[in-house]
Amino acid sequence: MAAATLDGVSVDTVAIRLRGLRKTFGSVVAVDDVDLDIADGEFLTLLGPSGSGKTTVLRMIAGFELPTAGLIELAGVDVSHLPPFQRDVNTVFQDYALFPHLSVQDNVEYGLKVKGVGKDERRRRAVEALESVRLEGYGARKPIEMSGGQRQRVALARALVNRPKVLLLDEPLGALDLKLREQMQIELKAIQRDVGITFVFVTHDQEEALTMSDRIAVFNAGRIEQVGTPAQVYERPATEFVAGFVGTSNLLRGDVSTAVVGVDGVFSIRPEKIRMVELDSAIATDHRCVDGTIAEVIYVGDATRFVVRLDVGGSLVVLQQNSTSSSADVLATCDTHIRLCWRKEDEYRIYT
Amino acid sequence: MVAPTTQPTTSASRGRSSSVSSYLYRHPRLRLAGLLSAPMLWLVVLYLGSLTIMLVAAFWSTDSFTGALVKKPTLSNFHTLLTGQVYWVVALRTLGIAVLVTLIDLVLAIPLAFTAAKVVRSRRLRYALVIAVTMPLWAGYLVKGYAMQTMFINNGVIDWMLAPLGLKGPGLGLAATIFSLAYLWLPYMVLPVYAGMERVPSSLLEASGDLGASTSQTFRGVLLPMIFPALIAGSIFTFSLTLGDYIMVKIVGGTTQMFANIIYDSFGVANNLPLAAAAAFFPIIVIICYLLAVRRTGALDNL
Repeated sequence: MAAATLDGVSVDTVAIRLRGLRKTFGSVVAVDDVDLDIADGEFLTLLGPSGSGKTTVLRMIAGFELPTAGLIELAGVDVSHLPPFQRDVNTVFQDYALFPHLSVQDNVEYGLKVKGVGKDERRRRAVEALESVRLEGYGARKPIEMSGGQRQRVALARALVNRPKVLLLDEPLGALDLKLREQMQIELKAIQRDVGITFVFVTHDQEEALTMSDRIAVFNAGRIEQVGTPAQVYERPATEFVAGFVGTSNLLRGDVSTAVVGVDGVFSIRPEKIRMVELDSAIATDHRCVDGTIAEVIYVGDATRFVVRLDVGGSLVVLQQNSTSSSADVLATCDTHIRLCWRKEDEYRIYT
Repeated sequence: MVAPTTQPTTSASRGRSSSVSSYLYRHPRLRLAGLLSAPMLWLVVLYLGSLTIMLVAAFWSTDSFTGALVKKPTLSNFHTLLTGQVYWVVALRTLGIAVLVTLIDLVLAIPLAFTAAKVVRSRRLRYALVIAVTMPLWAGYLVKGYAMQTMFINNGVIDWMLAPLGLKGPGLGLAATIFSLAYLWLPYMVLPVYAGMERVPSSLLEASGDLGASTSQTFRGVLLPMIFPALIAGSIFTFSLTLGDYIMVKIVGGTTQMFANIIYDSFGVANNLPLAAAAAFFPIIVIICYLLAVRRTGALDNL
């Protein structure tokens, strides 16, 4: 929904508007001229490698860092230079930042208490918030007595109880193990749908970004490379960086692209779109084929990754589901000479 | 392995030291004894031994005629101390000085330690600040004492600085003693408070502000309860060091006396070791009471 309203949205549906946002630490440029509109109720992910500026952008929205230049608007109001306690946003920190000297209940009540909400209402809303993250009955515990996943949910309840317009999440799942992380991804998305609050989520994990987001902003070296839905970012990467960072980098370029596609340019093909066939197989007209030798076979359980060295130079990665083949089958294919085929519509040209 | 000629010698020498190591590894009690025998000997003989002698001596007396020790248990020293009005006055004054010195150091140390631990981003500058705070510890006690004297003495540096404003400094006396002791013990407050603040993750302070707390609410609600043990540690230093000091007050205190002067004079001037030993009970009791009071607040439960 958000993608359609990206440009030319009216002010009252924009939760966050960033214009020319810039942040330097000494001579290091952390964030360089970022423009971004985040719609009301949207789940937007800031995706990028560490040091790409995504966390700094989040911290500037929260008010922990002052921008060197540029504008931050929350619901149409310029908050660029307001302290954190005067902004209607709440943050879930990477280390959860629970107050160790307070009980879980008091942690969740903290935001209401400092705003002067009465004791009874405070208590009631905190209990509700703990229920919404499935932690009823844990109020009397200290944070240190909770597991990582539980602390994560306390941090979420502590932020949501204030009913902020925007919730900022700074790699909140980074410290959890894989199983718990996948479970929390689904839970977070469900909570966001229930409360209808705008979520701005920072992660370096592209799978996480693809799973949860309405839209993704891909960061590199302090700049936004592309903003789009998960499908757009994955299937239609705007730059080489996006093609490489989101999913596996599989590029044809220069002489290789001239030999295979017939045009000197940069083309991205997703590994799962490529099929491996016998050398003498017929070539359909809407397909493109190229011959090569399997140089490496990486068995990953449910699928196998093949690195194929092309006869014309360069290499491509092919991903194949192990639905009918055993591990012995696929490992035996190493060094065979085969043909790679993909539909022409699956090769996507990147203009640099 | 590669050079077989050197192998026998190295494995032999390694074998000897590693057999001692593995023997100790299998006998953890022996290992503990090896670690602790020297410090325990030091502690028991020199520290606890002398302390016991002193505490026992408090129940002896001296022959008023010859001045010789009479080693018969008596409470007469405590009777003298508890009934002598001058002892009460000096004890309460000393207590007051210790409280004021501690408060002054707290007020100075908290912003100083906060700046070093949380505001300064450059690690170099942070270490430079911490080293600067400890700098007064490098100079000798007496040097600092006489430096303070030149500050507070009549027509001294402070008077000279205040003269253009038409004011005059406090001169030598009680105020000069308090300020000088606060200056002297400040590093002992700053260092634990700095260490305490450094252990508070910055994200906790950010989270507090993020949840709507103003700076003073964050200070009272998050920072203060978390650094409380460090404040207690620092205050034990400033408090007990002040209770035990008798030199600074002689240099800058004018005619003011502190409790440690009573101990010193009973021992050194009056040659009354038992009375000095009994008087030494006062600071010990005060510190024990202080620790019990702190424990009652529950502030140390999170340690």
